[in-house]
Amino acid sequence: MAASSDAQGGTPRVSLWNDPKKRALIYQAIVVLMIVSFAAYMINNTADNLEKRGIASGFGFLYSPAGFDVGMSPFLTYDASKATHGTVLIVGILNTLLVAVTGIFIATIVGFVVGVLRLSPNWLVSRMAYCYVETLRNIPLLLQLLFWYFAVLGTLPSKRDSISMFDTFFLNIEGLFGPLPVPQDGFWMILVAIAIAFVASFFIKRWAQKRQDEIGQPFPVFMVTVGLLIVLPLIAAVIAGFPLEFEHPQQNRFGLRGGMIILPEFAALVLGLSLYTAAFIAEIVRAGIQAISHGQTEAAYALGVRPTITMRLVVIPQALRVIVPPLTSQYLNLTKNSSLAVAIGGAEIVAIFAGTSLNQAGQAIEIIAITMGFYLTVSLLISMFMNWYNRRIALVER
Amino acid sequence: MADISFVRTESHPDLPPPKSETGILAWLRQNLFSGWLNTLLTLSAIYLLYKILPPFLDWAIFSADLSGKTYEDCTSGGACWAMIRVRFDQFMYGFYPEAERWRVNLGFLLLFGTGIPLLIEGVPGKKYLAIFVFLLFPPIAFVLFYGGLGLPVVDTAQWGGLMLTMVLATVTIIVSLPLGIVFALGRRSNMPIVRMVCICFIELWRGVPLITVLFMGSVMLPLFLPPGTNFDKILRTLIVMAFFAAAYMAEVVRGGLQAIPKGQFEAAQAMGLSYWKLMGLIVLPQALKIVIPGIVNTFIGLFKDTTLVLVIGLFDFLSIIQAATTHKNWLGTSTEGYVFAACIYFIFCFGMSRYRITLERRLDTGHRN
Repeated sequence: MAASSDAQGGTPRVSLWNDPKKRALIYQAIVVLMIVSFAAYMINNTADNLEKRGIASGFGFLYSPAGFDVGMSPFLTYDASKATHGTVLIVGILNTLLVAVTGIFIATIVGFVVGVLRLSPNWLVSRMAYCYVETLRNIPLLLQLLFWYFAVLGTLPSKRDSISMFDTFFLNIEGLFGPLPVPQDGFWMILVAIAIAFVASFFIKRWAQKRQDEIGQPFPVFMVTVGLLIVLPLIAAVIAGFPLEFEHPQQNRFGLRGGMIILPEFAALVLGLSLYTAAFIAEIVRAGIQAISHGQTEAAYALGVRPTITMRLVVIPQALRVIVPPLTSQYLNLTKNSSLAVAIGGAEIVAIFAGTSLNQAGQAIEIIAITMGFYLTVSLLISMFMNWYNRRIALVER
Repeated sequence: MADISFVRTESHPDLPPPKSETGILAWLRQNLFSGWLNTLLTLSAIYLLYKILPPFLDWAIFSADLSGKTYEDCTSGGACWAMIRVRFDQFMYGFYPEAERWRVNLGFLLLFGTGIPLLIEGVPGKKYLAIFVFLLFPPIAFVLFYGGLGLPVVDTAQWGGLMLTMVLATVTIIVSLPLGIVFALGRRSNMPIVRMVCICFIELWRGVPLITVLFMGSVMLPLFLPPGTNFDKILRTLIVMAFFAAAYMAEVVRGGLQAIPKGQFEAAQAMGLSYWKLMGLIVLPQALKIVIPGIVNTFIGLFKDTTLVLVIGLFDFLSIIQAATTHKNWLGTSTEGYVFAACIYFIFCFGMSRYRITLERRLDTGHRN
């Protein structure tokens, strides 16, 4: 009996099944066994299948020629006759990152504006913001992308009669054409000036904080920083003799050539993604601001703090704590949703690498694994950065 | 000296509120024109509405065409709704044979007839309804939609339209909910290996976009199975979508599990309840109740995400509309198609999100830990 063996100082004899520790070990052994055997079964099948279908394996295909054209490659010169699948992968990754960064930028601005308008005392404006949010949130993103691409941008004029704005920008079915800035000799001076301005404003901010802690007087950091960021590069530009020229698009027999071009696929993707995500961000911002109790604002007013400063120093820092975690997941969603470009013929990783390259090289496993690996990495990086930011602004409880 | 003191004996009659505080004008002034910024906002909002609404209404209603056989018959310059009318059956059932469509109708009638009362408060016999929906209905629906037991077989290649969208969404949610609960429990388990496996599974699926998952289902899954097994494209899609949704569901359920105070676990353990009794009788009933709004939210997301099957060549509701607008008879009707699709998706998703909000209010018992 258990009680008597306890009394004698020996360990109680329990069956293997009734000892929670040993039972846990058994359970886990079963789980490991199941996973290993399942994986072995799948690997075995896959090897059989690959052999039967005569599909090569390994990553050698990344060095074999791709031989197709990708739509856009703003960072890298892409030559369809020389490019390999590896180049396609890099172009795809860069384009995805470009879409994600642009989309996040626009979505954040639109989302914050709509979220604040949603709380506006102006009835009409808040209703309109509500309609925006509800309409865009409840319609599938893919449908919105198709709508922007086929129904809106598909109705642009043909390349013969493009819409011209000030003879600098041209809009037609092939995209939006504009002047391309081409840096000349001495452009480095401007870059150095911008870098100096950033470093200087960082130190000014620290000095101003210290000064305010000591003598209690605020220093107009924001204005000084903006001033530095404008004035220093301007001086550098004057010294170097404005080392920037613009390459304008030229009309020739085949349409517009040269200059900078924003493709309709890219525009539709960024527009659709950012407007859709902005609807979610607007709701997050609204919830965040509403989560701050009204007593905070009233207390600040009672102390004689002006409304703009109350908003900036009392409400927003507290609201950000509520806003940042869900905002992170929206950023992640936007990045992942950029894969929908495949439906409108965009040029990001899923469309050109997991689409065209997969069809040509036929190595499904490697290509899907690389694509998924890329998204996993980006997801982890974004959530790591936002976690760090969140920790920095988190409430420090004593 | 005369006494000038005065004591009023009757109260002053109530005066009506000042004119500037009541009526439409006051409302306008307080809500729309309370300052120069507000006035500016109001005026620009009105201008925006004026620019958008009248042309849209004119296009969609006043100068729209309702009848016709091809796009050429739509001559009035407005929307060509004739396309929707001609193709309506296809949008609903895909290529399902006309003679067998009653089966689809019956199936969804059964689902809505038993599923919707399940969602309404105060309906008696919910236990039996739930057993029917989650256990009996799936095989019945399979026989109805696919065939067997004397009903002619309708190949899944013929499924499409709104019917396919609904099948994808409901099957995925019914499968992913129990799976998600299992993974959520695993993630909070004390066993390190089980926990690790669950975390890896959840984060892996949540970290990648659904499109890559669908690609995986359509090109990689066949490679994982014994050579020669050939299995249905829709089934493959359902499998990967169920796993994908289960990962999201697991995080929703985990949120509920974390919200249950530790005392509940400890009290149940002190009573000597085993793990499954503790979870099944004490923790999960409370946790699942908290996360119902989250589950509805996941379902809305899933319903919208079913559109992505367009990419792997299944003809769901959006995909079949897209195909119709590129047919040679109806070239140029893409806007009509998208607006129609948007309306249907909006009705479903908005309806569900309103339901979620009422649920949240009902479940909010005012307790805060």
